[in-house]
This record gives sequence, C-alpha cells and structure tokens, in this order.
Amino acid sequence: MATKKAKSTTTSEKNKHAHKRNEIIPFDAALFEAININKSAVERRAATITKRRSIKKEWQAAWLLKAISCIDLTTLAGDDTKSNVARLCAKAQAPVRQDLLEALGMANQNLMTGAVCVYHNMIPDAVEALGESQIPIAAVSTGFPAGKIPLKEKLTQIELAVAAGATEIDIVISRNLVLQSKWKELYEEVKACREACGEAHMKTILATGEIPTYTKVAKASWVSMMAGSDFIKTSTGKESVNATIGVSLVMIRCIREYEELTGLKVGFKPAGGIRKAKDALNWLILMKEELGHDWLQPDLFRFGASSLLADIERQLEHFVTGRYSASYRHPVA
Amino acid sequence: MKIKEIFDTMEYGPAPESANAANAFLDKHKRKFQLYIDGKWQTPTSKKYFDSISPSTEEKLALLADADAKDVDKAVSAAKKALPAWAALSGHQRARYLYAIARQIQKHARLFSVLESMDNGKPIRETRDIDIPLVARHFYHHAGWAQLRETELKNYKEIGVVGQIIPWNFPLLMLAWKIAPAIAMGNTVVLKPAEFTSLTALLFAEICDQIGLPKGVVNIITGDGKAGAALVKHKDVNKIAFTGSTEVGKIIRRATAGSGKKLSLELGGKSPFIVFEDADLDSVVEGVVDAIWFNQGQVCCAGSRLLVEESVAEKLYAKIRARMEKLRIGNSLDKGIDMGAIVAPVQLKVIDSLVQQGVKEGCTLWQPSWACPKDGYFYPPSLFTNVAPSSTVAQVEIFGPVLVAMSFRSHKEVIKLANNTRYGLAASVWTENINLALDIAPKIKAGTIWVNCTNVFDAASGFGGYRESGFGREGGREGLFEYLEPLSKGELANQSFYKIKEKKKEEVAATVPSLGIDRTAKMYIGGKQKRPDGGYSMTIKNPSGQYIGEVSKGNRKDIRNAVEAAHGNKKWAGLTGHSKAQILYYLAENLEIRKTEFVNRLVQMTGRVKKEAQAEVEASIDRLFTYAAYADKYDGRVHHTTHKNVTLAMPEALGVMAIVCPDDFPLLGFISTVIPAITMGNNVVVVPSEKYPFSATDLYQVLETSDMPGGTINIVTGNKDELADVLSKHDDVDGIWYFGSKEGSKMVELNAVENMKRTWTNYGKFTDWNNPETSVGEDLLRRASEIKNIWIPYGV
Repeated sequence: MATKKAKSTTTSEKNKHAHKRNEIIPFDAALFEAININKSAVERRAATITKRRSIKKEWQAAWLLKAISCIDLTTLAGDDTKSNVARLCAKAQAPVRQDLLEALGMANQNLMTGAVCVYHNMIPDAVEALGESQIPIAAVSTGFPAGKIPLKEKLTQIELAVAAGATEIDIVISRNLVLQSKWKELYEEVKACREACGEAHMKTILATGEIPTYTKVAKASWVSMMAGSDFIKTSTGKESVNATIGVSLVMIRCIREYEELTGLKVGFKPAGGIRKAKDALNWLILMKEELGHDWLQPDLFRFGASSLLADIERQLEHFVTGRYSASYRHPVA
Repeated sequence: MKIKEIFDTMEYGPAPESANAANAFLDKHKRKFQLYIDGKWQTPTSKKYFDSISPSTEEKLALLADADAKDVDKAVSAAKKALPAWAALSGHQRARYLYAIARQIQKHARLFSVLESMDNGKPIRETRDIDIPLVARHFYHHAGWAQLRETELKNYKEIGVVGQIIPWNFPLLMLAWKIAPAIAMGNTVVLKPAEFTSLTALLFAEICDQIGLPKGVVNIITGDGKAGAALVKHKDVNKIAFTGSTEVGKIIRRATAGSGKKLSLELGGKSPFIVFEDADLDSVVEGVVDAIWFNQGQVCCAGSRLLVEESVAEKLYAKIRARMEKLRIGNSLDKGIDMGAIVAPVQLKVIDSLVQQGVKEGCTLWQPSWACPKDGYFYPPSLFTNVAPSSTVAQVEIFGPVLVAMSFRSHKEVIKLANNTRYGLAASVWTENINLALDIAPKIKAGTIWVNCTNVFDAASGFGGYRESGFGREGGREGLFEYLEPLSKGELANQSFYKIKEKKKEEVAATVPSLGIDRTAKMYIGGKQKRPDGGYSMTIKNPSGQYIGEVSKGNRKDIRNAVEAAHGNKKWAGLTGHSKAQILYYLAENLEIRKTEFVNRLVQMTGRVKKEAQAEVEASIDRLFTYAAYADKYDGRVHHTTHKNVTLAMPEALGVMAIVCPDDFPLLGFISTVIPAITMGNNVVVVPSEKYPFSATDLYQVLETSDMPGGTINIVTGNKDELADVLSKHDDVDGIWYFGSKEGSKMVELNAVENMKRTWTNYGKFTDWNNPETSVGEDLLRRASEIKNIWIPYGV
C-alpha cells in the first residue's frame, strides 16, 4: 500500500496541470435528458477538424513526443506472460531511443508513457518490472471486456486490483443499461466502482461500438462523470468499432459541459485502432480545439494503444535524419 | 523554436503549402497575361494592364490585360463564329469535352488550389477541400447533361452566345457554375472574371487549349466594370449570367431591359441561420463557423443573421464566443488556419465601416482577444449581439466575417424575422424535430434551405434566390433551363394570330346585342365585385366601332387593393394539388355550362365568326383540364447530392403575380396565362385584354360558383399600360407577365428592377395561344415557380 501511495503522489507531481479530482455528484437526469446529438453534423465536424490544422516539422516532433507521454502502453492478450509484461514496462520507461532524444533536445526530460495497461493477473509482474518508476499501472477490470459479471464480483475485482498495486482501474460499463436507458442503475453501478477504487483513478469504458446512437453515448458519458469517473474512455479495443473522431467529439463535448457546470475536469481516453502517428496528432488537435491545453497532458488525456508507439518512433527518426525509418531500428516492447 | 518549448506549450506552428508550382505558372507567362479570345492569347486593344495582388501578402502576382469594348466585341464575334459548329455537335461529343475539362481540373487540382488561395486570400484548406473539388464535380455533372440533352431535354435548344460575369469570392467555382451548363447545352461563352481574381480563369483557359476545345467556345476576358458593361450591352449576346452584388445586378437588369436578352442573376443575401431550442448546440456552433467564417464571410449565402430561440440564446452566444477565440487567421497558404485575408482593401474598409456603424447604433460587438497579422488585409471574426431588426448591420449585407445575432420567442415570430429582408438566397434551420424543420423550410423565402447543415453545395442541386437575391437557378436540372429555350420560341410572330376579318354592315348589325337589362362590369377583388376607386368607366366598342358596353376603369388604388387581396388569400397556396385540381375542373364544368354565353360574347366583342369563337371557348375548357391535370403532377425531385443527404427540389409559387393579358384571344389568352400561374399556387392580379375585356368580367360569376377562394384571381380592368406600370412598380408583387407592346415590355422590365421581380414579356410579339405546342405546358409552370432546394442530412 505504501508503494501505491508513493506512486500516486509522483503521478500527480509529474503532471504540471494537476487539477482537482472528479467527485461523485448526485444523480440528476435533468442534466442530460434533453441531449440530442445530430450525428451528421458531428460527422461533418469530425471530418473537417483535423484538416483545419496541420502540424509540421519541429512542431510535429514535439507533438509526437507529447503523444508518447499520453500513451497507456497496453498488452491485453490471453498469452501475456511475465516476460512480455516486463518488456512492456521497460519500453514504457524508455519509449524512444536515447540518440533520438538527444537529437531532439529531449534527453533529460524523463520521457515516459502515461501508464502501462495490463490484465489483472499481470499487475504483480508489472509492479515488479517497474520497481521505483513513476509510471502508473493501469489494470482493466470489472469483467473486461464484456462486463457480464455480477456487480459484486466487479467490485471485488477492483479491490483486488488496487490491492495488487494498480493505481488506475479501467472499468467497463454494463451496456445493457445504456441500451435500456436505465440511467439511474448505470449511475449506481459506476458510483459503486468509483467507491471501490478509492485512491486509484478510474477510467470508465463506454464501449461506444456497442452503443447505437451518439445521443446515448453522450448520456452514458454524463452518467459516468456524475458517478465520479476520472476518465471516460471510448472502447475496450475488443468491439468491432473502436475509437473514432466522431464519437470522441461527442464525449469530449460532454466533458467540456460537465466542467462548465461543476468546475471538475474529467479526462478522456480514446482506445482501440489508434496505430499511426498521424492518428495521434489528430486526437491531440481534437483535444486542443475542443477542450484546450489542460487536456493535452497525461493527467487528462491518454491513448489506449499497443502499436502506436512504434509508428511514432519511426516518424521521430525521420524528423531527425530526413530518412524514412524502419521499425526494426527501434527496440520493441 | 526548440522542441522542448513546443512540448510544453503545445502551440501550433506554421504549415505553409508550397507556392512553387503556382509561381512557375505565373513565370511561364512572364507574370503578364493577355486575353483569351478565339483560342489565342491576344493583347488588349488598349495595351493597358492592371495588377493582380495577393491579399494575404500584398505582393503583386501578375499583370492582367484590361479589356475594353473593342476586345469584348472581338470575343463575342469569336463566340458567335464558334456557335454553329459547337451547337451542331452531338451531346456525346460535347460531353467528351466537358469530361476532359473535369479530368484536367482533377489532375491539376493542387495547382488550381494554390493559385486560387494566393489570388483570393482564402485558406488553402478551402480551395483544396471545397472549391476545386466542387469545380471538377460541376464539370463531371454537366458532362452528363451534355450527353443527355438530346433525350432529356429534346424540346429545347441552346440560346446562343452567353456573356458571363463572375465575382471574386469563389473565382473558379463561379466560372464552373457558369461555363459548365452553358457549353454543355451547346452555347458559346464570353466570360469576364472579377478583376481581383482572374488567375485561375486564365489557368482554366490553358486547360481549354490543352484538351482541344474548339476555338471560340470559351473566351476569357479580364478587366473591370467597363468590359462587363460592354458585354452586357453587346447586341450579339443572347444571354447574360451574372453573379455579384445586388447593386450591379440591378444595373445589368436595367441595361438589358427591353432587349430580349435572357438573364440570370445570383446576387446578395442576408441569410437567416435559425436555431431552435432542441438543436444540438455544439453542432450549431460549427454550423455558424461554416456559415459566416467560411471564406471570411465573403459568401453570398453566408448565414449572417443568427436567429436563436430565446431559451438557448445566451448559452449559444457563449459557446460561439469560445469558439471564435480558437479560430486561427493568417496567410492563406498556411494549412493550419481557419480564416485568410479579405480580398482587397476596399472591401476591408466596407466591412470596417459597417461594423463601426453597428457599434454606433448601440449593438454589442465582440471580437476575439487575439490580433490579426499586420501584413495583408485581415479582419477578425466578429459577433454582434443586442441587435434589433432595424439595426443597419441586421439589414445590410456586410460580406465579411460579421455575424449579427437576435433571439426569437416563437415559431411564428422567427418566420417573420427570417423573411424580414429584401434578400432571399438561403437559410439554415437547426432543430432535431423533422416536423418542425419541414414546416419552417417552405415558409422561408429563400432558394436553398439547409436543415442542420449550412453552405453545402453540389452540382446536382440548383442554387439561386428570391427577391433581390436575383433569379434563376444554377446547378442541377433546374439550372439547365437558364441556358436553353423552348424549340417553339421561334414561332413568336410580329402579327397577331387572332384573325379578325373586316365585316359588312349587315353582318356587324347582327352581332350587336339587343337592349336587355343594363349590365355593369365591375372589378373582381378578393372574391368580390368592386366598383372602381376612381368612379370612371371605359366604353368598349367592337372592331367596327360599335358600342358594346362599359368596363370599370381601374387605377393605382384598385391595383393596390387587388395586390392586398392577393396577399390576404392564404388558402389557395395551402391547398393540395388534388384540391386545386378539383377547383380547376369545376371551373371548366361551369364554363361549359355557360358556353353559349361566352361564345356570343366573343362574337359580339371581336366580330369573329361563331365557329372560331366556339373553338376558343372549347380550347379554354381544354386548357383548364390540362392545368387541373398538372396540379398534382408537376412536382419536384430528390437530387443526388452529397453522401447521406436528401435534397428535395420543390417547385414553389413565386407569391403574388401580376398578369397583363394579351389583347388578342380575350378568353383563351386569359385562361392560358392565369391558370398555369395559379396552378403553381400563386395568387394573381390580372389585367385582362384592354380591347375585349368582357370575357374576363363575365368570368366573375363562373369563379364565384367554382369554389375558387377569394383573392386567388383578382381582375382589374382598364388601361393596360397604366395598370402594368403600377403593377411592375409594386414592391409586393413577386412576378409579372406582360403581353403587350415592345415599349410596354421594356417599361415593365425597367420597373421590375427595384424589387427584382421575375418578368416574362413578349417584346411586342405575338403568341398563337390556340397552338398547344407554343402556349401550354411545363414551360409556363416553370415560369410561374422557382425551385427551392431543401437539404436534409440523415444518420444515426
């Protein structure tokens, strides 16, 4: 427990834009009942927002480095073992080749990924591999990815994960409650999870690929925030449709309005299918345009990704050398 | 800047698009361009040139030839010479040329985009993602129409030589909107780009050359207003198509009045952007950005008047202000900006002085905290709140990045506010309630209604306005008719088809009525027979000079009353096609019952033989059946436009129309003109044949017994040209058809300029109203209506 506490402190110290943590606020359906999202208009914005901005040259390099600091470097596979989790942790602590960091003038900046993200069973391996590192350990929980287990078990999972050393818990919501518009029940479920998390930060996965409308995505976002989520997250990475700019736009607009109403900042994590450096830039543009600078920091923004880092490394080398890079030139996780 | 610093600040940096290829194009021409006439670069007669300036850097890009009347004459001659061969090509052959143009534009898309952005000052993002793709799309679409003309439009032919004058806000796109339909339909073209922005038109000329377009089919002349004026006045130009300011549009309308030149005008706007309380407000904010900060607000259909339901107004204003703070303005070739430069210092001054005027009038101005770049002609995005409809900034088209916002209380009020403008180009309606959206859309006087979107364009949809936003449509099937005329138009004659033989005395005597009870032909206004305001009557005689009776002599007050009665009738336009048809059939039925009376009247008035009179009454009944049949069949289309969008193209009534009937064919001329106009839902004020008015006055009782709502057809008898003068000057009359003298036609067209009413005149010529080929059908219905396009995006 002592270790965990120390880590939480360093995590918030690491983030310059430390902010007040979201709280559980009373359920109030009036805050979201009237929401009606126009999907075609959202898609139009989604299709054009990234074309309104262009990040080139040193700006691109800096933004990509920022993206690295926001990655939840993830492995969520049935065949995860101690060894590949250890490799992942090593990569999280040294995500970019030292010579490249030197060339970029970033050698002494202690660049790390935002977290490592693993299944519950792998938490002890991650704790061991990370040692005294400041990198938070995120664990997926609550019957990830489908969440089809009793609430009581979900809460037990959370408590066990926190006890094992996870400082961030990625929970999944019961999609059936969204489909059936049982918002109060959803609120109670997420709230219970938040209480079970204690000091650990909670990222609430909506699994938007399984939610039929943007309007329901927005309502689920509101309920999750009211119930105390520190982050709202698009996807598990296991649904057929993962994070899209459109669905992200819907969710982050809810975050913006929630802050206007409560003064509380909730983080955002798109996950699944984000593989290219260009995608990372697009999401950063989205966050900067719709939410602002605070949401370009790892305490309020994370990418859920496993292969994104590899592409960013290649782009960074290209920036440094002017030559297109090959993936084998960069150490794997 | 150091990467570490950027890592901390996460600022945007410059992202310049290369200008190398565009500069190479300019250098290839030694930065001095000639006129493109008859497939050759020709030096201007005056040997004069003027500068083309880049608005975002103020650098000189090139010298452009300054065309004068002599150059215009050369270009028109070239177009005239090229016309017969071009018009004689098969549709397929013309389609190949248009297809090649579309392909060439795609192949050189980036060069066009960069050049356009440099020349106009608009962001490269817009030219790259919007303007140039739409240009290619327009040529593709019209390549298709060229291919299909012979089958889809076989009753029409090209007009001839077309003069086209385009504005500086969408230089190449406006060129495409003009040239593509014109040449697809077999016309040849002389086009004058705006003097601020001619470069892409000159690059386009190179493409015409490249694909081997026959010489003279497209001629491009650069220059200022004097070249435009010469083009407008040129005797060999058969049609003028103009996009630009209402002010210049009116000058052109005056200059062409009475000339018989066909005209389409796409002018200014002050388009409402309507937000209901159930709208998705965050999406609305982006809609506002697209509406008024697209192309720095220099868009004729810019959503410049924001009308917000009171309950969400302050919330929306706050969101808009937050969004404005994030807009980026800068060099047009920077790929990371939202707004570029205003086209020229003169325009910048106009915007600034109107904004100052708004402030002076007490409106609250809000602009973002950031400053515009110093070099170049920039103006920040601006929002006015506390605006009254009477504020100058709420009335006048600013043509800049300035939004004026007002709130509304009810649906009824928002329609009133939306239509409280001299313009009628476009509107945007935001609500999640489709019932509401489709109720509001037809009630707004505008050619384009965007539901939950704005400034969306596609070649398959017609674009154009009502009122002082001009007339005619560009794009889609409806736009083609601006470049076509009916094959039968050539049958307009110099002599009347209504043959009246000289009669012997005894024959005449037989037609003079016996003395029955004295009858008084009053006027018919608002469904009631009304005495003339002036209290005078006119004596009507037959062609042999014998007295027949009196009709009321209408004056300007009678016209005023009739127009008010027409506006007061809300019933007719709201009827279904089926209900309108029933009334028209009933009218035919009642006319049939009184056939003998109408035949005798024709014989009495005109001295024609009974058989001819019978034929006229029968043709009139037939015609009533025709339009009754059309009433529920002449309908709109659903256009194939953008992805996930239902675009409804609906024919709409013009509103209140004036119809000044031909003197010949006293009954059939009346029926043939009035009935198509009301079939489309217009209410009409009719001046019947001055010479033979009694067929019209006899109709009162027929109308009264046919369930025709009062105020649908209003009839004022009297002196034709006096009444036509008042009607054509009446600003609450939306369209006028005039069949009379050459001078009268010119007068009507001149008088119509002020409120830009649609006119149809015969320039003193004659139509054979007895010939169904020339006088019945869709062409008249089209003239009595405008197409409104309603864009409805969908998707869950």
